[in-house]
Amino acid sequence: METQVSWNPLANAQALLQYAFMRHAFAAGTIVAVIAGVVGYFVVLRSLSFAGHALAHIGFAGATAAVVIGWNPIAGLLAFTIGSGLGMGALGKRIYGRDVIIGIVLAWTLGLGVLFLSLYTGYATEAYALLFGEILGISQQDVVITLIVGLATLLALLALYRPLLFASLDEEVAEARGVPTRWLAIAFMALLALAVAEATQVVGVLLIFALLITPAAIAERLTARPTYAIIISVALALVFTWSGLIAAFYLPYPVSFFITTFAFAAYLCVRLAAAWKDRVARPSAEGDHTRLKA
Amino acid sequence: MIASQSAIALEQVSVRLGGRLIWGAASASISAGEFVVVLGPNGAGKSTLLRLLLGLVKPATGRVMVFGEAAPRGNSAIGYIPQRRNIESGAAVRGRDLVALGLDGHRWGVALPGKRSQQAHAQVDDIIDAVGASAYADRPLGQLSGGERQRLLLAQALVSQPRLLLLDEPLASLDMRSQLTTTQVIGSLARARGITTLLVAHDVNPLLGELDRVLYIARGGVAIGTPDEIITTQRLSTLYDAPVEVIRDARGRIFVVSMDGAPARP
Repeated sequence: METQVSWNPLANAQALLQYAFMRHAFAAGTIVAVIAGVVGYFVVLRSLSFAGHALAHIGFAGATAAVVIGWNPIAGLLAFTIGSGLGMGALGKRIYGRDVIIGIVLAWTLGLGVLFLSLYTGYATEAYALLFGEILGISQQDVVITLIVGLATLLALLALYRPLLFASLDEEVAEARGVPTRWLAIAFMALLALAVAEATQVVGVLLIFALLITPAAIAERLTARPTYAIIISVALALVFTWSGLIAAFYLPYPVSFFITTFAFAAYLCVRLAAAWKDRVARPSAEGDHTRLKA
Repeated sequence: MIASQSAIALEQVSVRLGGRLIWGAASASISAGEFVVVLGPNGAGKSTLLRLLLGLVKPATGRVMVFGEAAPRGNSAIGYIPQRRNIESGAAVRGRDLVALGLDGHRWGVALPGKRSQQAHAQVDDIIDAVGASAYADRPLGQLSGGERQRLLLAQALVSQPRLLLLDEPLASLDMRSQLTTTQVIGSLARARGITTLLVAHDVNPLLGELDRVLYIARGGVAIGTPDEIITTQRLSTLYDAPVEVIRDARGRIFVVSMDGAPARP
């Protein structure tokens, strides 16, 4: 790529968007960031980080299986993530050892993924794309699929918003008020599966947390209002994705590296700022503690 | 006929959980506006009583009537505070948001701005004010003390204007001072609004000033009456089917002591 950063932002944008692959990447990245930002907030609230991670890996097996039989890998990815998402939802939130069960299934499906990769001859680039994301290789058809799946996920989340928030924050009271908490848990796992499948295209199976967890985790630290937290989470996911794409356009390193690094740097800044604020605000924390005890 | 006038009527109720008989043919009736403290040893079925009234557990035999109806699920006439072990997931959210969910959290979709939303806002403000939590309702729950958090959970339970309030160990893990202030807030709000209240507790003493009657559950049986009627050496020995002794100190506080040495709190 022959590109130079100019001082004129409009010229830069023109330079970026003159390529079809960059337009596709921005379109898909934007959709994915919005979905991941919203879904991620509920993932953090419901402590489903590990389940989200596992879904991505299980999706990897589905995608490789699809490649072997000559299908679109996204179809395989979706089939496996939704199937296992429904399964995890059915396990229930409070089942003892749920993470152990998920871990065992995860290990086995990754084994399957390796098998399917060995069956497919041109595996190296395909596997690399699935594991680490290949947003610059997204086709127009993929963008359309991403848009449709993304809109469906977003509409479903809007419809479920209040009961889902209620059940995530306060499951027992929600159940007592007639919210179908068990059904909602399964429905949310299906939505998480869709979000994971979408985000895999951008950052890949292994780096899914950068979009699904980090923006929401930062947002939760910045505000105690759920609606603001979701907006901030989406905004951060968008900033990470766009700046990652722009950086990778001008620098010879992968997009996923930039997205994950920007996400991590932002998280670090927020943690450090909070720690610093704490120290300034409560210089005599120890004194307070003893007073409380007495 | 008596049953139709009472807020809660248990008629010959048996409950089985996981094959184990929790209750056998228990009957009790509670009038509207009464403040009843539910006591009994661990595992006797105190929380099960609340879940029966919420329609979350169905009796194996008998009838559970709430305001003259067989206890339905999702009853908006009931405000409920479950027993909390943790509120990890809600720790980063404002108390105010949790209170608001008590009003419209069961409705689908998002709250759209408009008259209804303004009304809801006012209702949430009013109830937070009534429980005396205005000063900290905008802080994340994780930063609040146990007593402050309990007030906001009470506001959540009351915001839908229930006629029945079910509280499962709201005083557990509170310090003595918060136990008393929380009890007073619950008692005065319930009385002012004519709300029938069932409060599960480990220790009856902080509640003696507020309660009308106690409901004692032990070994599948139920006894209801004033503390003087129920918490006696004779009644509790019969209920536990083991010798226990009830001791009252000079200030009227009640202590239940098992005769084989281990102390048992009422």
